[in-house]
Amino acid sequence: MRQIDAGLITESVKKMVMEANYFLPEDVYSTIKEAQDKEEWQLASDILDKILQNADIAKNDQVPMCQDTGMAVVFVEMGQEVSIVNGYIEDAINQGIREGYEEGYLRKSVVGDPLNRVNTKDNTPGIIHYSIVPGDKLKITVAPKGFGSENMSRLKMLKPAEGLEGVKDFVLETVELAGPNPCPPIVVGVGIGGTMEKAAFLAKKSLMRSFDSYNENPFYADLEKELLEKINELGIGPQGFGGKTTALRVFIEYYPTHIAGLPVAVNIQCHAARHKEVVL
Amino acid sequence: MKKLTTPLKVEDLKDLKAGDNVTITGYIYTARDAAHKRLVELLEEGKELPIDLEGAIIYYVGPTPAREGEPIGSAGPTTSYRMDSYTPQLLDQGLLGMIGKGKRSQEVKDKIVEKGAVYFAAIGGAAALIKKAIKSAEIVAYEDLGAEAIRKIYVEDFPVTVVNDAHGNDLYQSGRKEYLQWLKEN
Ligand code: SF4
Repeated sequence: MRQIDAGLITESVKKMVMEANYFLPEDVYSTIKEAQDKEEWQLASDILDKILQNADIAKNDQVPMCQDTGMAVVFVEMGQEVSIVNGYIEDAINQGIREGYEEGYLRKSVVGDPLNRVNTKDNTPGIIHYSIVPGDKLKITVAPKGFGSENMSRLKMLKPAEGLEGVKDFVLETVELAGPNPCPPIVVGVGIGGTMEKAAFLAKKSLMRSFDSYNENPFYADLEKELLEKINELGIGPQGFGGKTTALRVFIEYYPTHIAGLPVAVNIQCHAARHKEVVL
Repeated sequence: MKKLTTPLKVEDLKDLKAGDNVTITGYIYTARDAAHKRLVELLEEGKELPIDLEGAIIYYVGPTPAREGEPIGSAGPTTSYRMDSYTPQLLDQGLLGMIGKGKRSQEVKDKIVEKGAVYFAAIGGAAALIKKAIKSAEIVAYEDLGAEAIRKIYVEDFPVTVVNDAHGNDLYQSGRKEYLQWLKEN
Protein backbone atom coordinates (compact mmCIF):
# COMPACT_ATOMS: atom_id res chain seq x y z
CA MET A 1 0.00 0.00 0.00
CA ARG A 2 1.20 3.48 -0.82
CA GLN A 3 0.49 5.91 1.99
CA ILE A 4 -0.73 9.45 1.37
CA ASP A 5 -1.02 11.94 4.20
CA ALA A 6 -4.40 13.57 4.68
CA GLY A 7 -2.61 16.89 5.26
CA LEU A 8 -1.25 16.79 1.72
CA ILE A 9 -4.78 16.39 0.40
CA THR A 10 -5.94 19.43 2.38
CA GLU A 11 -3.02 21.51 1.07
CA SER A 12 -3.68 20.47 -2.53
CA VAL A 13 -7.41 21.17 -2.39
CA LYS A 14 -6.84 24.53 -0.75
CA LYS A 15 -4.42 25.59 -3.47
CA MET A 16 -6.69 24.31 -6.23
CA VAL A 17 -9.86 26.10 -5.12
CA MET A 18 -7.96 29.38 -5.15
CA GLU A 19 -6.17 28.83 -8.43
CA ALA A 20 -9.30 27.55 -10.16
CA ASN A 21 -11.06 30.79 -9.25
CA TYR A 22 -8.22 33.09 -10.35
CA PHE A 23 -6.97 31.41 -13.50
CA LEU A 24 -9.23 30.55 -16.40
CA PRO A 25 -7.86 27.35 -17.99
CA GLU A 26 -5.71 28.02 -21.09
CA ASP A 27 -7.89 25.89 -23.37
CA VAL A 28 -11.01 27.79 -22.34
CA TYR A 29 -9.27 31.13 -22.85
CA SER A 30 -8.02 30.27 -26.33
CA THR A 31 -11.41 28.88 -27.36
CA ILE A 32 -13.09 32.16 -26.36
CA LYS A 33 -10.40 34.02 -28.29
CA GLU A 34 -11.03 31.91 -31.40
CA ALA A 35 -14.76 32.49 -31.05
CA GLN A 36 -14.17 36.21 -30.80
CA ASP A 37 -12.14 36.20 -34.00
CA LYS A 38 -15.03 34.50 -35.79
CA GLU A 39 -17.78 36.60 -34.24
CA GLU A 40 -19.01 39.15 -36.78
CA TRP A 41 -21.77 40.66 -34.65
CA GLN A 42 -20.23 43.70 -32.98
CA LEU A 43 -22.01 43.62 -29.62
CA ALA A 44 -21.15 39.92 -29.32
CA SER A 45 -17.51 40.44 -30.19
CA ASP A 46 -17.25 43.30 -27.66
CA ILE A 47 -18.61 41.08 -24.91
CA LEU A 48 -16.20 38.25 -25.67
CA ASP A 49 -13.41 40.79 -25.57
CA LYS A 50 -14.52 41.96 -22.12
CA ILE A 51 -14.69 38.36 -20.90
CA LEU A 52 -11.08 37.87 -22.00
CA GLN A 53 -10.06 41.15 -20.36
CA ASN A 54 -11.76 39.94 -17.21
CA ALA A 55 -9.76 36.72 -17.26
CA ASP A 56 -6.55 38.74 -17.70
CA ILE A 57 -7.37 40.98 -14.73
CA ALA A 58 -8.30 38.01 -12.54
CA LYS A 59 -5.01 36.32 -13.39
CA ASN A 60 -2.81 39.40 -12.93
CA ASP A 61 -4.45 40.64 -9.75
CA GLN A 62 -5.15 37.15 -8.40
CA VAL A 63 -8.81 37.88 -7.75
CA PRO A 64 -11.78 35.64 -8.51
CA MET A 65 -12.85 35.88 -12.17
CA CYS A 66 -16.46 35.65 -11.02
CA GLN A 67 -18.07 36.66 -7.73
CA ASP A 68 -19.90 33.35 -7.68
CA THR A 69 -16.93 31.29 -6.64
CA GLY A 70 -19.24 28.34 -6.63
CA MET A 71 -19.95 25.23 -4.68
CA ALA A 72 -16.80 23.12 -4.74
CA VAL A 73 -17.36 19.99 -6.80
CA VAL A 74 -14.55 17.49 -6.27
CA PHE A 75 -13.82 14.30 -8.21
CA VAL A 76 -11.54 11.83 -6.47
CA GLU A 77 -10.01 8.94 -8.38
CA MET A 78 -8.28 6.81 -5.83
CA GLY A 79 -5.93 4.04 -6.79
CA GLN A 80 -6.86 0.86 -4.93
CA GLU A 81 -3.30 0.55 -3.67
CA VAL A 82 -3.48 3.88 -1.88
CA SER A 83 -4.08 4.20 1.83
CA ILE A 84 -4.82 7.59 3.40
CA VAL A 85 -3.10 8.17 6.72
CA ASN A 86 -3.52 10.78 9.47
CA GLY A 87 -7.15 11.57 8.78
CA TYR A 88 -10.33 10.80 6.90
CA ILE A 89 -10.20 11.79 3.24
CA GLU A 90 -13.54 13.59 3.21
CA ASP A 91 -12.59 15.73 6.22
CA ALA A 92 -9.26 16.51 4.57
CA ILE A 93 -10.98 17.68 1.38
CA ASN A 94 -13.52 19.81 3.23
CA GLN A 95 -10.72 21.32 5.31
CA GLY A 96 -8.96 22.28 2.07
CA ILE A 97 -12.14 23.93 0.82
CA ARG A 98 -12.59 25.76 4.14
CA GLU A 99 -9.04 27.11 4.17
CA GLY A 100 -8.95 27.92 0.47
CA TYR A 101 -12.21 29.89 0.46
CA GLU A 102 -11.10 31.84 3.51
CA GLU A 103 -7.52 32.61 2.55
CA GLY A 104 -8.33 33.14 -1.09
CA TYR A 105 -11.02 35.77 -0.43
CA LEU A 106 -13.60 33.58 -2.13
CA ARG A 107 -17.32 33.96 -1.54
CA LYS A 108 -18.98 31.52 0.83
CA SER A 109 -22.11 30.48 -1.01
CA VAL A 110 -23.25 27.31 0.75
CA VAL A 111 -26.29 26.99 3.03
CA GLY A 112 -26.36 24.07 5.46
CA ASP A 113 -29.96 23.10 4.80
CA PRO A 114 -31.77 23.67 1.49
CA LEU A 115 -35.01 24.81 3.13
CA ASN A 116 -33.87 26.60 6.27
CA ARG A 117 -30.96 28.20 4.41
CA VAL A 118 -28.37 29.26 6.96
CA ASN A 119 -24.95 29.94 5.42
CA THR A 120 -22.26 27.51 6.64
CA LYS A 121 -19.83 30.46 6.36
CA ASP A 122 -16.92 28.40 5.06
CA ASN A 123 -18.31 27.07 1.77
CA THR A 124 -18.34 23.49 3.03
CA PRO A 125 -19.36 20.84 2.45
CA GLY A 126 -18.12 20.23 -1.06
CA ILE A 127 -19.85 17.86 -3.46
CA ILE A 128 -17.41 14.98 -3.51
CA HIS A 129 -17.51 12.08 -5.97
CA TYR A 130 -15.24 9.09 -5.41
CA SER A 131 -14.17 6.34 -7.69
CA ILE A 132 -11.73 3.53 -7.06
CA VAL A 133 -9.33 2.91 -9.92
CA PRO A 134 -6.36 0.58 -10.46
CA GLY A 135 -2.91 1.75 -9.36
CA ASP A 136 -1.32 3.69 -6.51
CA LYS A 137 -2.09 7.29 -7.45
CA LEU A 138 -4.66 9.71 -6.13
CA LYS A 139 -6.16 12.13 -8.64
CA ILE A 140 -8.21 15.05 -7.34
CA THR A 141 -10.12 17.42 -9.61
CA VAL A 142 -11.66 20.55 -8.14
CA ALA A 143 -14.37 22.43 -10.04
CA PRO A 144 -16.05 25.44 -8.40
CA LYS A 145 -19.55 25.44 -9.88
CA GLY A 146 -21.59 28.65 -10.12
CA PHE A 147 -25.33 28.35 -9.78
CA GLY A 148 -26.38 30.81 -12.48
CA SER A 149 -25.56 28.03 -14.90
CA GLU A 150 -26.26 25.09 -12.56
CA ASN A 151 -29.85 26.31 -12.16
CA MET A 152 -30.39 26.08 -15.93
CA SER A 153 -29.53 22.36 -16.01
CA ARG A 154 -32.18 19.71 -16.67
CA LEU A 155 -32.74 15.97 -16.64
CA LYS A 156 -35.36 13.90 -18.39
CA MET A 157 -36.18 10.22 -18.59
CA LEU A 158 -36.90 9.84 -22.30
CA LYS A 159 -38.67 6.87 -23.82
CA PRO A 160 -36.32 4.65 -25.85
CA ALA A 161 -38.51 5.35 -28.90
CA GLU A 162 -37.60 9.03 -28.69
CA GLY A 163 -34.03 8.01 -29.49
CA LEU A 164 -31.41 10.28 -30.97
CA GLU A 165 -33.89 12.94 -32.07
CA GLY A 166 -35.36 13.06 -28.58
CA VAL A 167 -31.92 13.63 -27.09
CA LYS A 168 -31.07 16.39 -29.55
CA ASP A 169 -34.40 18.13 -28.98
CA PHE A 170 -33.96 17.99 -25.22
CA VAL A 171 -30.46 19.49 -25.35
CA LEU A 172 -31.55 22.30 -27.68
CA GLU A 173 -34.66 22.99 -25.64
CA THR A 174 -32.57 23.23 -22.46
CA VAL A 175 -30.21 25.77 -24.04
CA GLU A 176 -33.18 27.71 -25.41
CA LEU A 177 -34.91 27.85 -22.03
CA ALA A 178 -31.69 28.96 -20.35
CA GLY A 179 -31.28 31.83 -22.81
CA PRO A 180 -29.22 34.65 -21.28
CA ASN A 181 -29.41 33.38 -17.69
CA PRO A 182 -26.30 31.15 -17.47
CA CYS A 183 -23.92 33.85 -18.77
CA PRO A 184 -23.39 32.58 -22.31
CA PRO A 185 -21.13 31.60 -23.97
CA ILE A 186 -21.75 28.30 -22.23
CA VAL A 187 -20.33 24.81 -22.20
CA VAL A 188 -22.92 22.05 -22.46
CA GLY A 189 -22.31 18.79 -20.61
CA VAL A 190 -24.58 15.92 -21.64
CA GLY A 191 -24.93 12.56 -19.92
CA ILE A 192 -26.87 9.90 -21.77
CA GLY A 193 -27.88 6.50 -20.41
CA GLY A 194 -27.30 4.73 -17.10
CA THR A 195 -29.85 5.52 -14.40
CA MET A 196 -31.19 8.90 -13.36
CA GLU A 197 -28.23 9.81 -11.13
CA LYS A 198 -25.68 8.27 -13.48
CA ALA A 199 -26.82 10.52 -16.33
CA ALA A 200 -26.50 13.59 -14.11
CA PHE A 201 -23.07 12.49 -12.92
CA LEU A 202 -21.86 11.92 -16.48
CA ALA A 203 -23.09 15.33 -17.56
CA LYS A 204 -21.12 16.97 -14.76
CA LYS A 205 -18.06 14.79 -15.31
CA SER A 206 -17.98 15.60 -19.02
CA LEU A 207 -17.39 19.26 -18.15
CA MET A 208 -13.96 18.30 -16.80
CA ARG A 209 -12.78 17.35 -20.28
CA SER A 210 -10.19 19.38 -22.12
CA PHE A 211 -11.55 21.73 -24.78
CA ASP A 212 -9.62 20.00 -27.54
CA SER A 213 -11.10 16.61 -26.76
CA TYR A 214 -14.00 14.81 -28.40
CA ASN A 215 -15.74 11.66 -27.28
CA GLU A 216 -13.62 8.65 -28.24
CA ASN A 217 -16.58 7.03 -29.94
CA PRO A 218 -16.88 8.66 -33.40
CA PHE A 219 -20.68 8.50 -33.28
CA TYR A 220 -20.77 10.58 -30.10
CA ALA A 221 -17.95 12.84 -31.30
CA ASP A 222 -20.05 13.66 -34.36
CA LEU A 223 -23.05 14.27 -32.15
CA GLU A 224 -20.99 16.73 -30.06
CA LYS A 225 -20.05 18.64 -33.19
CA GLU A 226 -23.57 18.59 -34.61
CA LEU A 227 -25.14 19.81 -31.38
CA LEU A 228 -22.58 22.61 -31.04
CA GLU A 229 -23.41 23.76 -34.54
CA LYS A 230 -27.16 23.61 -33.91
CA ILE A 231 -26.84 25.48 -30.61
CA ASN A 232 -24.83 28.21 -32.29
CA GLU A 233 -27.51 28.58 -34.92
CA LEU A 234 -29.99 29.62 -32.22
CA GLY A 235 -28.55 33.15 -32.24
CA ILE A 236 -28.71 33.63 -28.44
CA GLY A 237 -25.11 34.84 -28.46
CA PRO A 238 -22.82 36.08 -25.68
CA GLN A 239 -24.95 37.25 -22.73
CA GLY A 240 -28.05 36.60 -24.83
CA PHE A 241 -27.72 39.85 -26.79
CA GLY A 242 -27.57 37.99 -30.10
CA GLY A 243 -24.63 36.48 -31.96
CA LYS A 244 -22.98 33.31 -33.07
CA THR A 245 -21.19 32.29 -29.89
CA THR A 246 -23.86 30.77 -27.66
CA ALA A 247 -21.78 27.72 -26.72
CA LEU A 248 -18.06 27.01 -26.78
CA ARG A 249 -18.24 23.23 -26.58
CA VAL A 250 -20.64 20.33 -26.18
CA PHE A 251 -19.32 17.33 -24.25
CA ILE A 252 -21.18 14.03 -24.23
CA GLU A 253 -20.60 11.00 -22.03
CA TYR A 254 -22.71 7.88 -22.29
CA TYR A 255 -23.23 4.64 -20.39
CA PRO A 256 -25.20 1.40 -20.85
CA THR A 257 -28.81 1.69 -19.76
CA HIS A 258 -31.95 -0.39 -19.17
CA ILE A 259 -34.08 -1.79 -22.03
CA ALA A 260 -36.96 0.41 -20.88
CA GLY A 261 -35.11 3.71 -20.48
CA LEU A 262 -33.18 6.58 -22.03
CA PRO A 263 -32.10 9.03 -19.31
CA VAL A 264 -30.55 12.27 -20.51
CA ALA A 265 -29.09 15.02 -18.36
CA VAL A 266 -27.84 18.41 -19.48
CA ASN A 267 -25.50 20.27 -17.15
CA ILE A 268 -24.97 23.86 -18.21
CA GLN A 269 -21.61 25.45 -17.48
CA CYS A 270 -20.87 29.15 -17.98
CA HIS A 271 -17.79 30.59 -19.67
CA ALA A 272 -16.12 30.64 -16.24
CA ALA A 273 -15.37 26.95 -16.83
CA ARG A 274 -13.12 26.49 -13.83
CA HIS A 275 -11.34 23.32 -12.89
CA LYS A 276 -7.97 22.21 -11.61
CA GLU A 277 -6.51 18.79 -11.04
CA VAL A 278 -3.61 17.22 -9.26
CA VAL A 279 -2.19 13.71 -9.18
CA LEU A 280 -0.65 12.72 -5.86
CA MET B 1 -21.85 55.98 -25.06
CA LYS B 2 -24.55 57.51 -22.87
CA LYS B 3 -23.71 58.54 -19.33
CA LEU B 4 -26.06 58.39 -16.39
CA THR B 5 -25.59 59.70 -12.88
CA THR B 6 -27.58 58.76 -9.80
CA PRO B 7 -30.09 59.45 -8.41
CA LEU B 8 -32.00 58.85 -11.63
CA LYS B 9 -34.95 60.83 -12.91
CA VAL B 10 -37.64 59.42 -15.22
CA GLU B 11 -36.56 62.17 -17.63
CA ASP B 12 -33.05 60.66 -17.92
CA LEU B 13 -34.41 57.28 -18.94
CA LYS B 14 -37.02 58.02 -21.54
CA ASP B 15 -34.55 58.22 -24.43
CA LEU B 16 -32.77 55.00 -23.53
CA LYS B 17 -33.34 52.09 -25.92
CA ALA B 18 -32.79 48.38 -25.47
CA GLY B 19 -29.27 47.66 -26.72
CA ASP B 20 -27.79 51.02 -25.70
CA ASN B 21 -24.48 50.87 -23.92
CA VAL B 22 -24.51 53.17 -20.92
CA THR B 23 -22.12 54.04 -18.12
CA ILE B 24 -23.33 54.80 -14.62
CA THR B 25 -21.64 57.05 -12.08
CA GLY B 26 -22.77 57.68 -8.51
CA TYR B 27 -24.10 55.79 -5.51
CA ILE B 28 -26.09 52.63 -6.12
CA TYR B 29 -27.30 49.85 -3.80
CA THR B 30 -26.55 46.15 -3.90
CA ALA B 31 -29.12 43.51 -2.98
CA ARG B 32 -29.92 39.89 -3.79
CA ASP B 33 -32.89 37.62 -2.99
CA ALA B 34 -32.45 37.48 0.79
CA ALA B 35 -32.30 41.28 1.13
CA HIS B 36 -35.21 41.73 -1.29
CA LYS B 37 -37.29 39.38 0.80
CA ARG B 38 -36.66 41.46 3.91
CA LEU B 39 -37.38 44.75 2.17
CA VAL B 40 -40.70 43.50 0.87
CA GLU B 41 -41.61 42.05 4.26
CA LEU B 42 -41.07 45.52 5.78
CA LEU B 43 -43.31 47.08 3.15
CA GLU B 44 -46.00 44.51 3.84
CA GLU B 45 -45.85 45.36 7.53
CA GLY B 46 -46.13 49.04 6.64
CA LYS B 47 -42.68 49.80 8.03
CA GLU B 48 -40.00 52.12 6.72
CA LEU B 49 -37.20 50.77 4.51
CA PRO B 50 -33.57 51.06 5.63
CA ILE B 51 -32.66 52.63 2.25
CA ASP B 52 -34.19 55.43 0.17
CA LEU B 53 -35.34 54.01 -3.15
CA GLU B 54 -36.38 57.30 -4.78
CA GLY B 55 -34.53 57.39 -8.12
CA ALA B 56 -32.27 54.58 -6.92
CA ILE B 57 -30.53 51.78 -8.77
CA ILE B 58 -30.23 48.31 -7.25
CA TYR B 59 -27.40 46.12 -8.47
CA TYR B 60 -28.04 42.41 -8.04
CA VAL B 61 -24.69 41.24 -6.74
CA GLY B 62 -23.13 39.28 -3.91
CA PRO B 63 -19.45 40.25 -4.08
CA THR B 64 -16.46 38.22 -2.94
CA PRO B 65 -14.78 39.48 0.26
CA ALA B 66 -12.57 42.56 -0.15
CA ARG B 67 -8.84 42.22 0.31
CA GLU B 68 -7.23 44.64 2.76
CA GLY B 69 -7.17 48.17 1.40
CA GLU B 70 -9.76 47.48 -1.28
CA PRO B 71 -13.42 48.55 -1.20
CA ILE B 72 -14.82 45.32 -2.56
CA GLY B 73 -13.97 41.99 -4.10
CA SER B 74 -15.07 40.69 -7.51
CA ALA B 75 -18.58 41.89 -8.20
CA GLY B 76 -20.44 40.71 -11.28
CA PRO B 77 -24.22 40.47 -11.64
CA THR B 78 -26.34 37.59 -10.42
CA THR B 79 -29.34 36.17 -12.28
CA SER B 80 -32.26 38.59 -11.96
CA TYR B 81 -35.34 36.36 -12.19
CA ARG B 82 -34.93 35.38 -8.54
CA MET B 83 -35.83 38.99 -7.66
CA ASP B 84 -38.89 39.12 -9.95
CA SER B 85 -41.50 38.43 -7.29
CA TYR B 86 -40.22 41.33 -5.16
CA THR B 87 -39.35 43.89 -7.84
CA PRO B 88 -42.77 45.43 -8.61
CA GLN B 89 -43.18 46.52 -4.97
CA LEU B 90 -39.78 48.19 -5.02
CA LEU B 91 -40.53 49.96 -8.29
CA ASP B 92 -43.62 51.33 -6.53
CA GLN B 93 -41.27 52.86 -3.95
CA GLY B 94 -39.46 54.93 -6.58
CA LEU B 95 -36.76 52.49 -7.69
CA LEU B 96 -35.84 53.41 -11.27
CA GLY B 97 -32.96 51.19 -12.27
CA MET B 98 -31.89 47.58 -11.82
CA ILE B 99 -28.67 45.94 -12.91
CA GLY B 100 -28.44 42.17 -13.24
CA LYS B 101 -28.34 39.52 -15.90
CA GLY B 102 -30.96 37.35 -17.55
CA LYS B 103 -34.65 37.51 -18.34
CA ARG B 104 -37.33 39.29 -16.27
CA SER B 105 -40.94 38.22 -15.83
CA GLN B 106 -43.72 39.86 -17.83
CA GLU B 107 -45.02 41.41 -14.62
CA VAL B 108 -41.69 43.14 -14.01
CA LYS B 109 -41.44 44.29 -17.61
CA ASP B 110 -44.93 45.78 -17.46
CA LYS B 111 -44.11 47.58 -14.24
CA ILE B 112 -40.90 48.95 -15.77
CA VAL B 113 -42.97 50.52 -18.54
CA GLU B 114 -45.57 51.82 -16.11
CA LYS B 115 -42.92 53.53 -13.98
CA GLY B 116 -40.60 54.65 -16.78
CA ALA B 117 -37.79 52.61 -15.24
CA VAL B 118 -34.98 50.60 -16.89
CA TYR B 119 -33.44 47.16 -16.45
CA PHE B 120 -29.77 46.99 -17.35
CA ALA B 121 -27.48 44.00 -17.79
CA ALA B 122 -23.87 43.94 -16.73
CA ILE B 123 -21.66 41.23 -18.21
CA GLY B 124 -22.22 38.04 -16.26
CA GLY B 125 -18.90 36.61 -15.18
CA ALA B 126 -16.93 39.83 -15.75
CA ALA B 127 -16.65 40.33 -12.02
CA ALA B 128 -12.96 41.23 -11.85
CA LEU B 129 -13.43 43.86 -14.57
CA ILE B 130 -16.51 45.37 -12.91
CA LYS B 131 -14.70 45.48 -9.56
CA LYS B 132 -12.49 48.20 -11.04
CA ALA B 133 -15.49 50.52 -11.49
CA ILE B 134 -16.42 50.30 -7.80
CA LYS B 135 -14.66 52.97 -5.78
CA SER B 136 -16.22 52.58 -2.35
CA ALA B 137 -18.58 50.24 -0.55
CA GLU B 138 -20.32 50.43 2.78
CA ILE B 139 -22.81 48.01 4.31
CA VAL B 140 -26.02 49.90 5.06
CA ALA B 141 -28.38 47.09 6.07
CA TYR B 142 -28.57 43.40 6.96
CA GLU B 143 -24.92 42.88 7.78
CA ASP B 144 -25.82 39.39 9.01
CA LEU B 145 -26.45 38.37 5.40
CA GLY B 146 -22.72 38.58 4.62
CA ALA B 147 -22.21 38.72 0.84
CA GLU B 148 -25.95 39.32 0.55
CA ALA B 149 -26.04 42.40 2.82
CA ILE B 150 -27.22 45.68 1.30
CA ARG B 151 -24.24 47.79 0.35
CA LYS B 152 -24.14 51.38 -0.81
CA ILE B 153 -21.42 51.49 -3.42
CA TYR B 154 -19.94 54.35 -5.42
CA VAL B 155 -19.38 53.43 -9.04
CA GLU B 156 -17.53 55.37 -11.70
CA ASP B 157 -18.37 54.68 -15.34
CA PHE B 158 -19.88 51.30 -14.60
CA PRO B 159 -20.55 49.79 -18.06
CA VAL B 160 -24.02 48.31 -18.59
CA THR B 161 -26.38 47.58 -21.46
CA VAL B 162 -30.07 48.49 -21.58
CA VAL B 163 -32.16 45.29 -21.72
CA ASN B 164 -35.70 46.41 -20.87
CA ASP B 165 -36.37 50.07 -21.64
CA ALA B 166 -39.29 52.23 -20.55
CA HIS B 167 -41.04 51.61 -23.87
CA GLY B 168 -41.42 47.86 -23.53
CA ASN B 169 -38.48 46.77 -25.69
CA ASP B 170 -36.50 43.71 -24.64
CA LEU B 171 -32.94 43.23 -25.87
CA TYR B 172 -33.12 39.48 -25.19
CA GLN B 173 -35.74 39.28 -27.93
CA SER B 174 -34.72 42.09 -30.26
CA GLY B 175 -30.93 41.51 -30.19
CA ARG B 176 -31.26 37.92 -31.23
CA LYS B 177 -33.87 38.73 -33.88
CA GLU B 178 -31.69 41.42 -35.42
CA TYR B 179 -28.68 39.15 -35.45
CA LEU B 180 -30.58 36.29 -37.14
CA GLN B 181 -32.07 38.72 -39.66
CA TRP B 182 -28.62 40.08 -40.46
CA LEU B 183 -27.30 36.53 -40.79
CA LYS B 184 -30.01 35.73 -43.34
CA GLU B 185 -29.19 38.78 -45.41
CA ASN B 186 -25.43 38.27 -45.37
S1 SF4 C 1 -23.17 31.61 -14.29
FE1 SF4 C 1 -20.93 31.48 -14.16
S2 SF4 C 1 -20.14 33.40 -14.98
FE2 SF4 C 1 -22.32 33.66 -14.53
S3 SF4 C 1 -22.37 34.54 -12.48
FE3 SF4 C 1 -22.58 32.32 -12.25
S4 SF4 C 1 -20.48 31.53 -12.00
FE4 SF4 C 1 -20.33 33.61 -12.76
